[in-house]
Amino acid sequence: MKTLNDLTQGQSARIACYMPKFSAARRLMELGLMPGTTVRFVKAAPLGDPIALEVDGRHLSLRREDAAKITVQAL
Amino acid sequence: MVRIALLGNPNTGKSTLFNCLTGLRQKVGNYPGVTVQRKVGRMIYGKNIAEIIDLPGTYSLAADSPDERVVVDALLGEMETVERPDLVLFIADATNLQRNLFLAYQTAQLGIPMVVAVNHWDSARKKNIRIDIAGLKQALGVPVVPISAARAEGITELKEVVAAALVSKPHLIEAKWPESVEKALDAARAALPESVRGLASRAVLHRSVFDEDRSFFVRHGVSPQQASAAIDAGRQMLFKGGLNPGNAETVLLYREIKERIAPCIEIDTTRSSSGSESIDSILTHKVWGLFAFLGLMYVVFQSVYSWAGPFMDLIDAGKGMIQDQVGSWLVQWPMLQSLATDGIVEGVGAVFIFLPQILILFFFITLLEDTGYMARAAFLMDKLFSWCGLSGKSFVPLLSSYACAIPGVMATRTIQDPKARIITILLAPFMSCSARLPVYVLMIGAFIEPSYGAAVAGATLFAMHFVGLLVAMPFVYVANKYILKIPPQTFVLEMPSYQVPKVRDVLLRMYNQGKEFVKNAGTVIFAITIVIWALLYFPRSEEVAESVTADFAAAQASELGVEQAEALALLESDEELADALDRRIASAYVEQSYLGRIGKTVQPVFAWAGFDWKITVGVIASFPAREVIISTLGIIYSLGGDVDEESGDLRDVMANQKWQEGEKAGQPIFTIPVVSAIMVFFALCQQCGATVAVISQETSWRYGLFSFVFMTTLAWIAAIVVYQVGSLL
Repeated sequence: MKTLNDLTQGQSARIACYMPKFSAARRLMELGLMPGTTVRFVKAAPLGDPIALEVDGRHLSLRREDAAKITVQAL
Repeated sequence: MVRIALLGNPNTGKSTLFNCLTGLRQKVGNYPGVTVQRKVGRMIYGKNIAEIIDLPGTYSLAADSPDERVVVDALLGEMETVERPDLVLFIADATNLQRNLFLAYQTAQLGIPMVVAVNHWDSARKKNIRIDIAGLKQALGVPVVPISAARAEGITELKEVVAAALVSKPHLIEAKWPESVEKALDAARAALPESVRGLASRAVLHRSVFDEDRSFFVRHGVSPQQASAAIDAGRQMLFKGGLNPGNAETVLLYREIKERIAPCIEIDTTRSSSGSESIDSILTHKVWGLFAFLGLMYVVFQSVYSWAGPFMDLIDAGKGMIQDQVGSWLVQWPMLQSLATDGIVEGVGAVFIFLPQILILFFFITLLEDTGYMARAAFLMDKLFSWCGLSGKSFVPLLSSYACAIPGVMATRTIQDPKARIITILLAPFMSCSARLPVYVLMIGAFIEPSYGAAVAGATLFAMHFVGLLVAMPFVYVANKYILKIPPQTFVLEMPSYQVPKVRDVLLRMYNQGKEFVKNAGTVIFAITIVIWALLYFPRSEEVAESVTADFAAAQASELGVEQAEALALLESDEELADALDRRIASAYVEQSYLGRIGKTVQPVFAWAGFDWKITVGVIASFPAREVIISTLGIIYSLGGDVDEESGDLRDVMANQKWQEGEKAGQPIFTIPVVSAIMVFFALCQQCGATVAVISQETSWRYGLFSFVFMTTLAWIAAIVVYQVGSLL
């Protein structure tokens, strides 16, 4: 299963679901990362982590370890 | 007075709107018991005045952080000294309306009348986002006013609408919850003890069941077990209804919002690339991004350091002038003179001397935040800090602590996570601040350079700037991993669109920060200065001066081969001799003072680090402010208090100091191991009353005390290790 962390620069994907017991899931959803939403992997930070995503025209940054807990369907 | 709460997501221009509505009529402080900044202002509309509370920016009412806790408690009317608002003025970002209105829908359950201001109206138009205001009004059921706070557009209309709404009290149409949610709320209510059932409103039950938030129940005397039981009952019911209790509210609300609001928004998606993204193609670029960041930080740091210089010199010079003036008025009463000049004026000066750096740093911090760059800086630097439990947000506060820990500690307000904030605050005083520089310059100039040359001296000065950081980082790692056991925090950060900052916002922030510092930390810093003054002044018996004068006259008499009476007369007439005598008396007074006695008493503790009693007195006297060591040493070595770190006299006297007694009698006191121990001690020790005061103000006095005890103990141990190891080599 592909996760947000596996995307490459510029790639878009649709959020499928959150891994169980991921306590921050709710916070991330409130910020717009709802299952079914399309996200674009904008870029990784110069030191490799965290990564920047575009959701609904907004840029969000999250760490790779958290991104790896969100599965996606490639578009 | 009517009370209006200003509520909205972060980065929606809430502060700009607040400043727009209140102007200079604002008060900044803290909420009782927490370190969340409380901003209250007065808005004049027509002939009336309303109080506006600027609540912290939040995405949701699910309280994860102290900021969000404050928002929920204030809106529920559950906070001491803060009454429940009469109206919520909700500010939403036109370019991201659906996500913004999530919080508005959550707030609707609290039953407070609401007006929605849709900000960034101009940017939305530029981005081809069309919002049907009439449709939105209908969908929400409350007045909706398009505004552009940054250009002060729509403010007059907003005020009129708010005034009307205070009378008509419109309520946002609540979301329709599925039956399983209603059942869950009932189940939770039924599981509560009877006495509380009536108190728990639907809004409270919502927050409890969805967020597992016990605070309301516990505050009303429900035992934690009963509270948990009620929450579990509710969540169980959600689960039975096929909902995931962890995200049911988010999923359901978003679905509702989409249904109701999406028809009012029309987005032309043909223009996809935003201006922010093209700026970011440089500012968060793999290579250029780092260069730009380092360049920017250099400018900020240099400016705090060098722009503040002239102002600090001015304050210092002004202080000197006032001291001379006041001193000349009080020359008849030496004790009052000393209290006024060395105590009061010195204390006031000690507070104001920090203002230039605080103001300049907050000028830049507001600029960095309001443009949207601060979030990018955190994005760039996060990796450097994540290994020890911090995030990129710690970078700017720590860097500014190299100029001075006071503004650095205050800058940690940009860190939301409370534990990360406290660790950053405790780490800040380890950064080598500019007040340590004179100590390094004195010691290196007097002892390292003559023995090892300029190259080693330069390298030593450079290395001393990293001692604190290198020693403290392992502690942060250990504290995080084994003591605080902070669960790995999800670091999620919105990178807002770039904006041009408003001059008024920048100036108001500088003004408020400066005022708060002077008011809160200032009083403590002032008090500490007075206490140290008293310890250095008392007891002051005439006998000390008389016996020093007699000894001095006797020495002069035997040197010149004259009678003692003649020598005494000479002391009166010869200015140079009189000055020398004054300095000796001052030195004798310091030795006799309570602080001098304390220094002599604790000297054995510092003997393991190779310090004699004079260094010990200097160290103790510099606890209010470390740079005081120079002038204290000047007084102790009978050179007067006007010496500075470049002073050749002071260097010579120190180089010639020898142990008077004991096994080391006759050997020089300031050897390389002793000098190294002194420098390491100053690098690590919490010798800054102002920093302790600010840490206490920003957190609680416990952390101030902890920082003081921890750093001082660490410095003492490190100084001993350096001296002992150095002596073996």
